[in-house]
Amino acid sequence: MLRLEKRPQPSKNWSYGAPLLAVVLTIILGMGLFAILGKDPVIAIKTIFWDPVFGQFAHFYRPEVVKKAAPLVLIAVGLSFGFRAGIWNIGAEGQYIIGAICGAGVALAVYPYDTRWVLFPLMIVAGALGGFLWAMIPALLRVFFKTNEILVSLMLVYVAEVLIKAFSIGLLRNPEGYGMPGSRNLRQYPAAANLDLISGTGFHWGALTAVFAVVVAYVMFTRHQFGFNVRLAGQSPRAAGFAGVNANKLIIVCLGLSGAMAGLAGLFEVAGPSGQILGSFPSYYGFTAIIVAFLGRLNPIGILLAGLLMALTYIGGQAAEAQLNLPSAAILTFQGMLLFCLLAVDVLTNYRFKIGKAEVR
Amino acid sequence: MTLLDLQGLTKAYPGVVANSDISFAIGKGQIHALLGENGAGKSTLVKTIYGLVRPDAGTMTLEGAPFTPTDPRAARAAGIAMVFQHFSLFDALTVAENIALGMENPPKQRELAQRIREVSENYGLPLSPDRIVGDLSAGERQRVEIIRCLLQDPKLLIMDEPTSVLTPQEVEILFGTLRLLASEGTSILYISHKLEEIRALCEHATVLRLGKVVGTCDPRETTSRDMAELMVGTTLMTPKRDGEALGDDVLVIEGLTAPAPHQFGTALKNVCVSVKSGEVLGIGGVAGNGQDELVAALSGEMPVDAAMVALDGQAIGDLDPNTRRKIGLCAAPEERNGHAAAPDMTLTENALMTAKTRLGLSKNGFLDWPSARDFALSVIEGFDVRTPGPETAARALSGGNLQKFVIGREILQKPRVLVVNQPTWGVDASAAAAIRQALLDLAGEGSAVVVISQDLDEILEIADRFAALNEGTLSPAVPTAGLTMERIGLMLGGAHDMEAAHVEA
Repeated sequence: MLRLEKRPQPSKNWSYGAPLLAVVLTIILGMGLFAILGKDPVIAIKTIFWDPVFGQFAHFYRPEVVKKAAPLVLIAVGLSFGFRAGIWNIGAEGQYIIGAICGAGVALAVYPYDTRWVLFPLMIVAGALGGFLWAMIPALLRVFFKTNEILVSLMLVYVAEVLIKAFSIGLLRNPEGYGMPGSRNLRQYPAAANLDLISGTGFHWGALTAVFAVVVAYVMFTRHQFGFNVRLAGQSPRAAGFAGVNANKLIIVCLGLSGAMAGLAGLFEVAGPSGQILGSFPSYYGFTAIIVAFLGRLNPIGILLAGLLMALTYIGGQAAEAQLNLPSAAILTFQGMLLFCLLAVDVLTNYRFKIGKAEVR
Repeated sequence: MTLLDLQGLTKAYPGVVANSDISFAIGKGQIHALLGENGAGKSTLVKTIYGLVRPDAGTMTLEGAPFTPTDPRAARAAGIAMVFQHFSLFDALTVAENIALGMENPPKQRELAQRIREVSENYGLPLSPDRIVGDLSAGERQRVEIIRCLLQDPKLLIMDEPTSVLTPQEVEILFGTLRLLASEGTSILYISHKLEEIRALCEHATVLRLGKVVGTCDPRETTSRDMAELMVGTTLMTPKRDGEALGDDVLVIEGLTAPAPHQFGTALKNVCVSVKSGEVLGIGGVAGNGQDELVAALSGEMPVDAAMVALDGQAIGDLDPNTRRKIGLCAAPEERNGHAAAPDMTLTENALMTAKTRLGLSKNGFLDWPSARDFALSVIEGFDVRTPGPETAARALSGGNLQKFVIGREILQKPRVLVVNQPTWGVDASAAAAIRQALLDLAGEGSAVVVISQDLDEILEIADRFAALNEGTLSPAVPTAGLTMERIGLMLGGAHDMEAAHVEA
């Protein structure tokens, strides 16, 4: 009989090996899925994973991967603090939307003010602040009224979606847009645009911020008191209390931090790749970032790699939809398999398989 | 006449032989003690009898017939019952509901309640079937477990460390019940390391050490010291202290009052006591009478009014744990796993957890890992913690080793005041002696030490003064010199107003 046995120590090898195994399993299962759909599985996998990076049209796809990965990594790094501490912000999507509204709102309010070094930093501050405040709603409700932050933050996503729709046809509508919904396009507003730092790479200010966030988070987790407190609170809440970690303060800091970073991601998106406040602006980055955070094992470096991989499955998936005529649901299923496989193999970090009957010691 | 005969029982686990060729017999109506330190193999042996563990070799014979229980249900069906050290009861349910949950075919509630009343009357175990378990004292909870066993009419009743949660008076009631059961022909296998109790209760003792039977004796005719040395295998050192000079009051607790932190917690009521430099104050009491709350109020996990706790004249009652550590108050709570230490973290990380403030392991928020590692190593070496190294996860350590680490971590910070709760719980005798000696040495260097313990022998051994904690109220502290067990028992609240109903034995 096969059974699971808890390891005395978490396995170092498996904590690195499990995500790789998950990716391999996903590819195998995905090939099965594509074969059932009547497509050549090898070509499908090659279209998703290989062509966007090394294929004939890679120069077109690569910047798209970077643009997709930047907000995912930025949001996921922010979420990883809360997730490690056992504080579950499921509403990063809402904070992302509010960050975009606030950041773009500042620029649109002063249009056509053109001193970039004043305006762009102000937008960044407004974006972060917007996300932070939106996240404070579940944080304060949890601290003062013991509400569940999972439900509150999730429900606020729907509020944010309604808000952005209202703003796109109301307050922030482009006055020169012939009555069409949507704000002015910030990409065409030089003082506010978040363009590529090196033209044609997709590496915009948001990507730079994401890389910076990865480095800072890595230092925090390995060398700093705050990262230590976060890990301690997540693993043993009582021990954290004994060590002097204030649980309520931690809730506010972790939710605020992840909200601010999601808000930043929203600002960089609305001022860059998206350009507009529009009802269709929400693109589920905030939810996908949850997958990215776990795929990266809540480790900043892992999140960077996972964000790039996830972005690749999006871009490659779109390519596969277009070139192989795969239904978009198949691509979503494929992405779901990735998270599912990761959770399944994750067990191996703390457990090992044993053959034989269980016994009580 | 023999009830259960064990022949050559052997059970090996990877890396350790838990039981090696164990043979002895339990007679009908006999109260048989099983003695040994932690890790001597007592648990494995009784789990074998109770069907939880299958032996590698050896045979068991119950009333002349081969006995090979495959699971606890089979063992119960054969007439074996067991009261575990840790109760498995649901706080929110009544006594009768809890008992019904453990039965194969529970009768109707009214019938069951009637039977519970009969058994509790017959055996002097007063207990109402309608009470909610969350409201019961530890002694009463144990009665629930015992009655649950007695309803099966067992031939052999196994009791695992039954008195660790009882006051001396409650122990007397329990012993009365056990003697009555034995006189009716029920055999009792009594597991303990409290030698005085075994001398008072048991007719026969089997001593285990490192998985082997190292001796048998009649406890009534053997001294405690002889049995202890048989158990440990060496001559025991008695902790002793040098320098009797007491200084000024260091820790002063004045009118400490706090509401219960959760539903089944205990409120602290006007606790007043002071501890001098160089003094060890022992606080006794049955678990659940406010020990956890008192430690939390002193460590800073549960802040109270500033003036309620003072250290060297400074009011600290409202400060957080790390500020208190900085001023000089360190603590070690009872629960090692998940409270005093984080099980999934390494020993280095666990060392840093409480020592960062006093040892300056955190500069501008950045952690000094090399120094933390050095500190963890010094704890490991100074307190003989058996582990591959400071990068081992705390959960990989045995309870005793982790306890040595936790106590050592606090002592090596040289606190002005050290508060420890159950410092030697689940620790083997030689390690316990080492921990007690370390506490005395700390006091000898001029610190004030507060030892909260349910082990009264421990308190009498190391404390200068004794105070009893009972339902959140602390008695005045009295010198331990010349204190008798009877006096202590009365200070602990006697048998919680639950005198034996009809003890006839």
